Amino acid sequence: MPVELMKGNTALAEAAVRAGVEAFFGYPITPQTELLEHMSKRMPELGRAFVQAESEVASINMVYGAACTGTRVMTSSSSPGISLMQEGFSYIACSEVPCVVVDVMRGGPGLGNIQPSQSDYFQVTRSAGHGDYHAIVLAPSSVQEAVDLMGDAFDLADQYRHLVFVVADGLLGQMMEPAELPPMQPLRTERPDWALTGANGRDPNIITSLELSAPALEAVNDRLQAKLKVIRETEQRSTENMTKDARLVVVGYGTAGRIAETAVKQARREGMQVGLFRPITLWPFPEQRLSALTDHVEALLVVEMNAGQMVEDVKLAAGGQIPVEFYGRTGGVVPVPEEIYDAIVESYEKLA
Amino acid sequence: MAAKGRIEINEERCKGCTLCALACPQTIIEMATDRVNAKGYYPALLVDPDVKCTGCALCAVACPDVCITVYRQVPSKTRRAEAAV
Amino acid sequence: MTSAVMVEEKVVYERPESLADVATHYCPGCTHGIAHRIVAEVLDELGVRDRTIGVSPVGCAVLAYKYFNTDGAEAAHGRAPAMATGIKRVMPDHVVFTYQGDGDLAAIGIAEIIHAATRGENITTIFVNNAIYGMTGGQMAPTTLIGQETTSSPGGRSQTLTGFPVRMAELMAGITGSAYIARRSLHNVKEINTAKRAIKTAFLAQLNGLGFSMVELLSTCPTNWKVSPAEALAWVESDMVPYYPLGDYKVAEEVKPLMKRR
Repeated sequence: MPVELMKGNTALAEAAVRAGVEAFFGYPITPQTELLEHMSKRMPELGRAFVQAESEVASINMVYGAACTGTRVMTSSSSPGISLMQEGFSYIACSEVPCVVVDVMRGGPGLGNIQPSQSDYFQVTRSAGHGDYHAIVLAPSSVQEAVDLMGDAFDLADQYRHLVFVVADGLLGQMMEPAELPPMQPLRTERPDWALTGANGRDPNIITSLELSAPALEAVNDRLQAKLKVIRETEQRSTENMTKDARLVVVGYGTAGRIAETAVKQARREGMQVGLFRPITLWPFPEQRLSALTDHVEALLVVEMNAGQMVEDVKLAAGGQIPVEFYGRTGGVVPVPEEIYDAIVESYEKLA
Repeated sequence: MAAKGRIEINEERCKGCTLCALACPQTIIEMATDRVNAKGYYPALLVDPDVKCTGCALCAVACPDVCITVYRQVPSKTRRAEAAV
Repeated sequence: MTSAVMVEEKVVYERPESLADVATHYCPGCTHGIAHRIVAEVLDELGVRDRTIGVSPVGCAVLAYKYFNTDGAEAAHGRAPAMATGIKRVMPDHVVFTYQGDGDLAAIGIAEIIHAATRGENITTIFVNNAIYGMTGGQMAPTTLIGQETTSSPGGRSQTLTGFPVRMAELMAGITGSAYIARRSLHNVKEINTAKRAIKTAFLAQLNGLGFSMVELLSTCPTNWKVSPAEALAWVESDMVPYYPLGDYKVAEEVKPLMKRR
């Protein structure tokens, strides 16, 4: 396929279309609205379902309904909208139906602003709703990676019958970059045997998140946790640059990881042994690889566009073996490479 | 001849709510007084010594628990045809 | 010839196939069971059981998916119309219905039900109005009558504190996307039969792709009203029907021929 210049939000939408999404339900919110706008045109022209719902609450429950029929379905929103969807996430996770949610994060808390932010790391990686579970969370750092991860998101959702987030921020959603789209996948014609398709020649299928007896609900939780354990063990993804001989490794994801890479390269030019570790899955957090790095790396510097959220996972992965420093900007302020470079210098000077 | 009928009450499903008795135009449904079902309810009983049940099914329509199956005696077309030969 | 003695016994009333052969958790005399049964009878009569998907609410009917012998899903509180929308949009040839109580539909889910209707969503809603929150133990509902005592309106619902009971059928009838909106009652056999005919019209509207349909059913809650089942039926007639008049509130032109056909 030819490389095209595309806005991140549009690229995410078209990548989902090509991955075979059969239904989109959403609500306008900056800075993700172009995604919904693209879907409003593309889905009907392909004979697929599109509804602009009355709220994010309705959107996610429409997603829940469509997901119960075993079709590929998604929604997209931004931080305040994601808060409203938390109810649905929880029901979807417990019912074990597959779906994909794009969160183009913006500054918070509250109405906050519409500037790029990573302030919802906790929100999406911890449980994204009430109850005991984690969603799978994918974090691209370029438009091309966003395109690639959209396809993976649907595959992971189907494979594990689970809720999968693709998290970007306003910068990634709004910026234009060249990217190559995948070819159009044919829509699936088969429905999974658990799906609601009408009790024709079989007993009724039921999809519910209700279990009134405590032992029965514990059994549901055990099954869910066993699935999450497999995901945690097998689906961790990250990428590294210049970590082999690094004494200090900068850890950042998405836009922050991308800006940090510029700063790391600058530090290398200045002769510092610095590397970059960029998580691609935020849940499961790539703790296996990061933990292995503590064998030779002397310290970690976490860079986030928030007040320090992923840093907690980094500290867990580091297991107290090496110091973990933090540099963050909040409120939609995007750090420039120079200030991350300064943070690198400060951390590097502390090394023994 | 008036239509004759009868009902079968699933006593274990019955919750003794009395709505069937309330609906019965022949007033031939009563709640048991001598026994309870496994759930502890006094089940409804058809008490019809004079065979007054017409099989009208109003009790079944009123029953919230679908406990009542209704039967009605109807002229047998096949037998009548045979008898005519 | 004495053909009069030549009789055979015929089953004139039995459990519909669309209703699962299980005991329900409903209290004695609760008319939810009647509502379930007449919906199931309509699904049987229309021959659509094997392509029907029901969406259950949160509230007393939370387990309705166990009672209908159809595919079913259990929605979050008030969200059944949104969930049904999601199902119907990807399964347009299937029959999709929601079964909701007054707290679910008229309080927490009022946005979802209204917007399902504004979209002319081709689904059917069975709305059970018993003027109280049953499952949580008898709190005031949006449909609780003025003066009605509940555990959260001690001394009776006060209009100065809580406003007025909402008349959903009238509200939904004002929405262009509504094809058929009716209110019926379950307080006696005649009304039950009338209610069933309305439910059939509602499903026929869906089968003909005419848009949103809803039947509100005045129902009882003997347990939380703290009266006998018989007294509860009498209260529906004496107190609820005057405030919630029975009838058809919206019959789209295209729906009228469907009403004659049955």
